[in-house]
Amino acid sequence: MRYLPLTPSDRQAMLGVIGAKSIDDLFCDVPAQARLDGPIRGLPNHASEMAVERHFSELARQNMTASHHPFFLGAGAYKHHVPASVDHIIQRGEFLTAYTPYQPEIAQGTLQMLFEFQTQVARLFGCDVANASMYDGSTACWEAIGMAGRITKRTKALLSSGLHPHYVSVAKTMAQYTGDTLDTSLPELSAQTDSARLLAAIDGETSCVVVQYPDILGRIEDLSAIAAKAHEHGALLIAVVTEPVALGAIKAPGDMGADIVVGEGQSLGVGLQFGGPYVGLFACKEKFVRQMPGRLCGETVDAEGKRGFVLTLSTREQHIRREKATSNICTNSGLCALAFSVHLTLLGEKGLRGLAQLNHALAVQAADRLSQIAGVELVNDSFFNEFTLKLPTDARPVVRALADRKILGGVSLGRLYPGAAALRNGLLVAVTETATQEDVETFAAALQEILA
Amino acid sequence: MTRYFTEDHEWIDVDGDSATVGITHYAQSQLGDIVFAEVPAAGATLNKGGDAAVVESVKAASDVYAPVSGTVLEGNDALEGDPALVNSDPEGEGWFFKLTLSDSSELDSLMDAAAYQAFVDGL
Amino acid sequence: MNSINQSGWKPEMGNAGDTAPATYTGNKALMLEEALIFEIGTAGTTGVDLADAPQVAARLGNLERHRDIGLPGLSEPETVRHYTRLSRQNYAIDLGFFPLGSCTMKHNPRLNEKVARMAGFADVHPLQPVETVQGALAVIHELAHWLITLTGMKAVAMSPKAGAHGELCGILAIRAALTARGDARSVILCPESAHGTNPATAAFAGYAVENIPATSEGRVDLAALKARLGPDIAGVMITNPNTCGLFERDMREISDAVHAAGGYVYCDGANFNAIVGRVRPGDLGVDAMHINLHKTFSTPHGGGGPGSGPVVLSEALAPYAPLPFVTQDNDQYRLVEEETANACHPDSFGRMVAFHGQMGMFTRALSYIMSHGADGLRQVAEDAVLNANYILRSLQDVLEAPFAHSGPCMHEALFSDNGMAEGFSTLDIAKGLIDEGYHPMTVYFPLVVHGAMLVEPTETESKATLDQFIGALRNVAGRAKAGDPSLKSAPHHAPRRRLDETQAARKPVLVWREPEQAVAAE
Repeated sequence: MRYLPLTPSDRQAMLGVIGAKSIDDLFCDVPAQARLDGPIRGLPNHASEMAVERHFSELARQNMTASHHPFFLGAGAYKHHVPASVDHIIQRGEFLTAYTPYQPEIAQGTLQMLFEFQTQVARLFGCDVANASMYDGSTACWEAIGMAGRITKRTKALLSSGLHPHYVSVAKTMAQYTGDTLDTSLPELSAQTDSARLLAAIDGETSCVVVQYPDILGRIEDLSAIAAKAHEHGALLIAVVTEPVALGAIKAPGDMGADIVVGEGQSLGVGLQFGGPYVGLFACKEKFVRQMPGRLCGETVDAEGKRGFVLTLSTREQHIRREKATSNICTNSGLCALAFSVHLTLLGEKGLRGLAQLNHALAVQAADRLSQIAGVELVNDSFFNEFTLKLPTDARPVVRALADRKILGGVSLGRLYPGAAALRNGLLVAVTETATQEDVETFAAALQEILA
Repeated sequence: MTRYFTEDHEWIDVDGDSATVGITHYAQSQLGDIVFAEVPAAGATLNKGGDAAVVESVKAASDVYAPVSGTVLEGNDALEGDPALVNSDPEGEGWFFKLTLSDSSELDSLMDAAAYQAFVDGL
Repeated sequence: MNSINQSGWKPEMGNAGDTAPATYTGNKALMLEEALIFEIGTAGTTGVDLADAPQVAARLGNLERHRDIGLPGLSEPETVRHYTRLSRQNYAIDLGFFPLGSCTMKHNPRLNEKVARMAGFADVHPLQPVETVQGALAVIHELAHWLITLTGMKAVAMSPKAGAHGELCGILAIRAALTARGDARSVILCPESAHGTNPATAAFAGYAVENIPATSEGRVDLAALKARLGPDIAGVMITNPNTCGLFERDMREISDAVHAAGGYVYCDGANFNAIVGRVRPGDLGVDAMHINLHKTFSTPHGGGGPGSGPVVLSEALAPYAPLPFVTQDNDQYRLVEEETANACHPDSFGRMVAFHGQMGMFTRALSYIMSHGADGLRQVAEDAVLNANYILRSLQDVLEAPFAHSGPCMHEALFSDNGMAEGFSTLDIAKGLIDEGYHPMTVYFPLVVHGAMLVEPTETESKATLDQFIGALRNVAGRAKAGDPSLKSAPHHAPRRRLDETQAARKPVLVWREPEQAVAAE
């Protein structure tokens, strides 16, 4: 067994030091009826590296990969080209096999990286501070709602209908247990968002308004009016960003008055990975920092006066505050945060702006091309790299028919909103720098054929 | 003015029906460097033994309890900018809050300085 | 003679005894200082080449960004060097022994990294039609099968993102089960020695938390627990093996008592590594237990995540498992999501995450499990427990082991700092170990022991490594007992000396600001 260094003679010698006759003596506190007398039945024995690799290759082959087919899926997970050096860096053992930096003298690498990450996220979102990351966008979103409740001492959250339905589901799950009230509704296949509904519904009991930007249908709207109305009533504005690359082209939510900005960082550095692990981004105004969940890295000095970094404000966290903690979150998504940070460092201001411009331009061209197809309508007036098409028919079978032709042609709203008849003709299409003109043509031709 | 102490290491200076509350020198020495203190807002109603304030060191967060019931007159805002006052002058400038007593008989169960000293020596 | 040593090269040994002068750069040979990206990068530098964007009229809803973001860029060589230099300031399992108790820092096999990166897993979108991701669903299903079999439970919820998230899943399942029978219970019991996540999770799910006392042996006080059970107790959260490193002998009796009182048993599976392949928690009456794939099943800790925390559930709780999950019909794998839940899983308490959980961790964990197999996993537990007992018995004469009398330890050995010289404590021992080239053990946890030091060697360490560590810890403990002042200022040889955590917390600096801005903000 290649991962176990002890030899039989080591084991004998060690038992001698311990004063035990056999290994079974060390398990004497396990009640006899719970002790298994041999390897668990129903599972195979150990396997060679080659055999394991062969098994996985076999399974991997059964999946249609994004890079080898025309690919247009988004809805909270985006395919961007990840530079080769990102994966090289995150595979360095000093990052990959380190633990949470609880001993800062020998964890400055992780800590400095987190400090840089926090600064990058805060700047991207237009906020004062950011934490060292959360599990993913959906859990970060719920944590933000909880944080708003702690700050405002109110329990009514107003969720925009443009918020990702999985994020809404996560919030609904948690709200069942915390006593929070969530005001939600389904989106409409229209260029108009439900901001009028939100503006009308904000009142003195509202804890927060949660708006996705760009929203689930790809629409982009100025958040300033909602921020102003929320603040007028003592409520907070939470903005949710599921495609951070967009912020290379459009205003940051913090600059429009958002108090807390959370997001999914997957699109930078992390890759699709069938949904996880991803990285939750969490930023806010400085005055709320003590109500923030999750780890925070801060700058300080060492005993010789040299700059160094530590985890700080830990008294908010579960390992100290226990049942009074701001959250039960223990881990962050450190390695994905590293991937995000490396990718963003490679891009820099110039690269991110350029990448965003490229995404938008390609999406505009694709939207124009696809909406030329008879019966296909572009729902959005505004969008970044993802837009919604209204098809003349239910979009789900169309997506399957496209897959049969080896085209991964977007996400049907029927998949996201099962049972919502008014939405089922909707097809979400994301176009990033990875989609070639040829891909768009192949997609358009197939869609035309299927709809004909 | 009379000073009383609790077994939870708060002190309370009583002057008529108003009083000032803080944590003892012994308490601050056990906590180590204080990095943050949260004091109650004026007008808050406190019950004897209930949570009144929070004091944090780097690795610990502790609740400060109300030694007696009453209504908060003011919290010590100076602690927000300079929590180290709790270390340097816990029984003076580092006070936490002032309150009006709602039931002065509650003072009877508290310790005087000598009793508190004996209590600490026994820990 | 001609051409006598023209190059002038004469090997010399230099003056070996001299003290090192400060260097111009602040570097010390291979120990390299590294500035922040904000100090070395510029807005105009980029390390990627992008195609020019076609000219189109923007449709950004008049929200074009005009203000700079403030993101510095580095070229690719500078980027690689920046992060490589940073990496060298980190301790890691790949570098040496990492006996962090309760964290199970075992070797991370590279085969796992290789399979997780296969395009068929890494390059598929979570919302692709299920017909196009049958292999990915097969991985989830196979791993689920192994986890259920290894734990002797009925079902497993795969989506929780980490251990604490898994705890939340288990507690929500308990709450859902109680709600379903119209039984509003309000209290969760946790031992004092529990991980902080346990009470935090219970509170996050809306429960009041009460402590269960421990016996002098370091185990749950069964009589006290039984006395507290009643109609208000929703459940207990018990870590087994517990955080003192001991197996809870009375676990079956605890479970039976809790069940008889109408409650449920949550087991914190953080320490499953000690019993994997030898004991099935299902046989102990557990209703829910999270499994940290990054502990027992070797997925990398990554400097603090991502983790993964699938939760195995008993028959009583299985109907309430969160969405989504994978089922198999004939040869087809299906994904049960909101749409189909009503038909086949109507009592689910809902969704905990977007998409389907930590796929990248599932592939790694499955690769690890297959590599070991049923026989190897049993050996994992045996070697982990053997290594921990070897450390306990080799050090109990120099360090107080408060529960050494309670029987063998499981996968970790617990010591206290009693007996050190005046003013010396666990912190000094930990920092002394850093100078010796080790990552310190877990310190000051569990809270039930003064100056706790929790040593978890794991099964992937050799006897030679353990022997050297034992020697080093004996030496450092000896210095702490003798009051060696140089230990108070340890570490001396790490990239940084002790850091001022008080300043960090009193005046938090959480993001970098341009120097003039920083001054203006003060």
